[in-house]
Amino acid sequence: MARSLTTRFSTFALAAALGTATFAASAQDSLTVVSWGGAYGAAQQKHVIDPYQKDTGVKVLFEDYSGGVAEIKAQVESGNIQWDVVDFEVIDLERACSEGLLEVIPHETLPAGVDGTPAAEDFIPEALASECAVGNIVWSVVFAYNEKTIGGTKAADIDDFFDTTKIPGKRAMRKRPQVNMEWALLADGVAPEEVYEVLATAEGQQRAFDKLATIKNDIVWFDSWSQAPQLLNDGGAVLVQSANGRFYDAIRQENKPFVIVWDGHVYDLDAWAIVKGSPKKDLALKFVAYATGSKPLAGMPDVAYGPTRKSSTPMMDPTAAPHLPTAHLDKGIQASSEFWADYGESLGEKFNEWLLK
Amino acid sequence: MKIPSYFGFWHHLGAWLLKTSSWLVLLFLIMPILVIIPLSFNVEPFFSFTEGMLTLQPEAYSLRWYREIFSDAKWILAIQNSFLIGIFATILATVLGTCAAVGLARDDMPYRRFITALLLSPMIVPLIITAAGMFFFYSDLGLAGSYLGVILAHAALGTPFVIITVTATLTGFDYSLARAAINLGATPLRVFFDIIMPLIRPGVISGALFAFITSFDEVVVILFMAGPQQRTIPRQMFSGLREQINPSILAIATLLILVSIALLVTIELLRRRAERLRGVELIE
Amino acid sequence: MSALTTTEAGQAASARSKKRLTAFLFVVPLLAFILLTFVAPIGSMLWRSVHHPAVAELIPLTLVELQRWDGHAIPDETTLNVFALELHGLAKQRLSGKLSEELNRAYTGMSSVVKSSARRIGRLKIEQLESQGAETLLQAHRNWSKAEVWYAIKRAGQIYTYDYYLTALDLELHPEQGIQVREDTQIYLQLYGKTLNMALVITLFCALLGYPLAYYLSGLPENRANLLLVLVLLPFWTSLLVRTTAWIALLQTNGVINSFLLSSGLIGQPIEMLYTSFATIIAMTHILLPFMILPLYSVMRGIDPSYLRAAMSLGAKPIPAFARIYFPMTLPGLSAGALLVFIISVGYYITPALVGGTDGQMISNIIAFHMQRSNNWELAAALGSLLLGLILVLYWLYDRFVGASNIKLG
Repeated sequence: MARSLTTRFSTFALAAALGTATFAASAQDSLTVVSWGGAYGAAQQKHVIDPYQKDTGVKVLFEDYSGGVAEIKAQVESGNIQWDVVDFEVIDLERACSEGLLEVIPHETLPAGVDGTPAAEDFIPEALASECAVGNIVWSVVFAYNEKTIGGTKAADIDDFFDTTKIPGKRAMRKRPQVNMEWALLADGVAPEEVYEVLATAEGQQRAFDKLATIKNDIVWFDSWSQAPQLLNDGGAVLVQSANGRFYDAIRQENKPFVIVWDGHVYDLDAWAIVKGSPKKDLALKFVAYATGSKPLAGMPDVAYGPTRKSSTPMMDPTAAPHLPTAHLDKGIQASSEFWADYGESLGEKFNEWLLK
Repeated sequence: MKIPSYFGFWHHLGAWLLKTSSWLVLLFLIMPILVIIPLSFNVEPFFSFTEGMLTLQPEAYSLRWYREIFSDAKWILAIQNSFLIGIFATILATVLGTCAAVGLARDDMPYRRFITALLLSPMIVPLIITAAGMFFFYSDLGLAGSYLGVILAHAALGTPFVIITVTATLTGFDYSLARAAINLGATPLRVFFDIIMPLIRPGVISGALFAFITSFDEVVVILFMAGPQQRTIPRQMFSGLREQINPSILAIATLLILVSIALLVTIELLRRRAERLRGVELIE
Repeated sequence: MSALTTTEAGQAASARSKKRLTAFLFVVPLLAFILLTFVAPIGSMLWRSVHHPAVAELIPLTLVELQRWDGHAIPDETTLNVFALELHGLAKQRLSGKLSEELNRAYTGMSSVVKSSARRIGRLKIEQLESQGAETLLQAHRNWSKAEVWYAIKRAGQIYTYDYYLTALDLELHPEQGIQVREDTQIYLQLYGKTLNMALVITLFCALLGYPLAYYLSGLPENRANLLLVLVLLPFWTSLLVRTTAWIALLQTNGVINSFLLSSGLIGQPIEMLYTSFATIIAMTHILLPFMILPLYSVMRGIDPSYLRAAMSLGAKPIPAFARIYFPMTLPGLSAGALLVFIISVGYYITPALVGGTDGQMISNIIAFHMQRSNNWELAAALGSLLLGLILVLYWLYDRFVGASNIKLG
C-alpha cells in the first residue's frame, strides 16, 4: 500500500514538474505576430518571419486571423492581450486607431532604405498616413473566374458580377460590408470617384443593399480569404472575390485556370500595427521596423503585392510587375480608411441585419 | 421464442423491417467516421474521393497529409498542448470528483439533491455560456490566455463525468465496512485506499478517461479563453475547417479516431471487469 | 423498544450531524472548486448583462448636466458645451471611438455621427469650445438637435440597466410610450424560436432513429448486443470535431454524397447541402443519437419480454400490444434521452458554426457573434442569461423526472 502511494505521489510530482517547465518555456522571449495565412502568410514566413528569427533569435509565433478589429478589441478591452503585432487591412486601420486599440508607431525610427533614402521619402505617402501603423504592401480586392466552370460567356467587368442572367451561378464574397458595398454601387452605375460620397448617405446605403439584394440568393459568404481559391477551384462558386495575391498564387504555383477581372477592384494597403498594451511593445517596434525594411518588402511581389518602399523595386521579381495592383490603378478605386472608420460599425450592424432578413 | 402461426407473415415482415432499419441506423452512425479514414490518404488536396482512389490505384494514395502534420510546428504544438492540458485537467477532475462522489453517495449527505445537480451542471450548461463567463471572469483574474486558466476550466468541465461514473460504482456500497475498519483502528486514508478504492477503481478510471476526452475534445472554451500558446488539436481543426479545408485535418481526424478506439476498448474492458467483480460479490 | 432518553436523543442527533459533516467535508473541495471556476464566471456574465458603466465613465459631466434636462427639446447650451468639451477630450485620448460604439448601440447610426463630430471638434481649441461648443456640435450633425438622441445618451449613461434584456427580447424603451416592440428589426425572438424548433426536430429524429435500434439491440443476446453497441459508442467517443469534419466531407458540393449521386446518375447537378440548416440538423442528429440510444437501451434491457408475449398469446394484436404495454414501459428511457438531446442541442455551438452557414445558425452562434465579432458583450451576456434560464428550467425538469446523476455514459 505504502509503496503504491509513493509511486502515485512521485508520478504526480513528475507531472507537476513537467507542467511547470512548460509554463516557464512559454514565457521566454517570443513575439506573437498575426497575419492572414495562405499564400500571403507563406510569403511573409519566407521573407519576413524566418529571416527575422534567424537574425535576432527571437521566437515568433506566427498566427493567422481573418481580419477585422473585433479580436483585437476583445483583447484590449478585456485586458487579455494575446497578440503583439498584427497585419491590418488599412480599410480597418483607421477605425482601430481611432478607438485606441493600437499603439502609436514613431515613424522617424524606421530605418532608411537599402539605397540610403530616408524612410520618410522611401515609403509611398499612404504607407505612413496613419500614426498607428506602417504600410507594407499594396494589394487589391478583385474577383476571378475559373476557365473550367465559367461556361461560354466570360466575365469582363464588375457589372457581370451582379448579372446572374449573363453569368449564372454562385458568387462568393467575404462576409462584411467593406468592398461589397463599393462594388454594389459601382455596378449600379455610381462613378468611381463618387462611391464614398454616395455611401455616406442613407439613400446611398440603401441603394447598395438593394443592389446586393439582387444577387443575395446567389451569394456564398466566406469568412477568410483563404477559402476563396478553394471555392473557385471546387466549383462552390463561379465568380469569387478575393485578394489578388491569392488568385495569383493559385495560378502561378498550382497552375489553376483562374482569370482575374481587374475592373472595379478596390485597392488598399496592408500595414503592420502593434496592439495597445502589448507587454512586448519594444520588441514589437523592432519587428515592425525589420518587417518594413527594403529587403523583406521586395519579397512580397511573390504573391503579386506591391512593396510600399521605392527602394524595394529594383530587388523584386520583374515578372510580377504586370500582376501588381499598381499596374491596374485606372480600373479601380482606393479603399477609404476614413470612411470605414466612421461607418464601419453602423454599416457592419446593418449588414448583419440585412443578412438575417 | 415460438411464433404463433396466425400472425407469422406480419411478424416476419416486422422483424425484417426492424432489423433492416436498425442496421441502417448503425450504418448512419458509423459511416461518416469510416469515410474519413480512406480520404485522409488522398494524394490530392481535396475532401472527396478521386477516381484513382475508387479504382484503388496505389498512386492515388499517399501519406502526404500525415507528413504535413508532423512537420508543421503548429500541429506539433497543438498535439503537445492537448495532451498536457488534458492530463492536468484529468488529474484535477479525478481527484476532486472522486472525493466528492464518495461524499455524495453517503446517505447522510445534506442537501444531496441540490448539490449533485449543482456539481453536474458544467455538463449541462451550454459551452458558449460557460466560455463567455470564463472569458470575462478569467480575464479579470489575469488567467485567460494561460495554461493554468485553461486547465482549471477543463477540470471543471470534466468533474461531472467522474462523479457519475464513481457514483455508479458506489451504489449499493455498504458503509458499515468502512465503519468497521475505523472501529478496528484504521486511519480514514487507509480506509479510503484499502476498502473504498478497490471497489470504485473501475469507476475512477473510466471517469478519468471521460474527463480526459472532455478536455481533449473541448474547443469552445479554448476559442474564447486560450491564447495562441495554448492552441490545441480541436482548436487547430476548428480554424482549419473555417479557413482552409485540406486533408491534413482528415489525417489528424483519423489519428483521433484511433485514440477514441483505444479509449473505448479500455472503458469496455473496465466495464466487464467491474461486472465480473460485482458478479463475484453477488455469489459470495 | 423503549423510548429514548433526552441524552440518548441528543447523542444520536450529534452523531448524525457529525456524519453529515463528514459527508459534506468530502464534497467541499469540489464544491469550492466548481463555485470558483464555473459558477463565479457564469455569475460574472449575469452581472455584466445588467452592469454597464462604460458610458458613465466616458462622459460623466454631460450625464450630470442631463440630470436637469426635461427630456423634450434639445438640452440647454451649457449641457452641449460640456458634452463638446468631453468629446474633445475623448478625441485627444483616442477614446471617441469607444463612445461612438456605445452610443451606436443606444441609437442606431450614431457611430458615424460621433466619429465625424469628434474629428471636427478635436481640431478646435478648448477655449473656442467653451463658448462655441454647442454651436459646433449642432453644425456637425443634425442628429445632435434630436431629443431622442439625448434621451438615448441619458439612458446609455445608466450604470445599472435592463436595456440589454429589452434588446435581447426585441423590445425597446420609447421615451413616451414605454416598452414596446422594436420597430426596425426583430431578430432574437425569431432566432430563439428557430433554435427551439431545430432542437425539437433533432430530438424527434434521434427518437425515430434511436428507438427501433435500441429495441432491436435489446432483443439480441447480450454478447451480440454489446458488440453492436460498440458501433453506437464509437461515435460517442469520437471527437466532436472529427464527426463534424466527416459531415463536411460528406455534404460538400463536391463531397462524397454529391459525387456518389452524380456518378450514379441520380442527379444532374450537385445538391447544396453543406452550410444549410439541413446540414446542422443531420450532423447534430448524428452527434446526439447515442445520448438517445443509451438510456433507451438500458430501459428496454430491463423489460421482461414475456409481458409482450403474454399479451399477444392472450390474443392482443402486435401493434396495440406494443403501443399499450411495451411503449409505456419504455417511456422513462425515451423521456430521459429526449430531454437530454433537447437540452444539449438548444445550446449547441460548434456544429452549427461549422456546417450551418447563415441558414443553420442557432442562438449560441449569435451569442458567439456578439462576443467575438460585434464585441457587444453586454448583449451577449443578456442573450446568454436568457438561454441559461431556459436550460436551467429544462435541467430542473430532467433532474425531477430522471435524476441528474442518471445520465447514461455507456
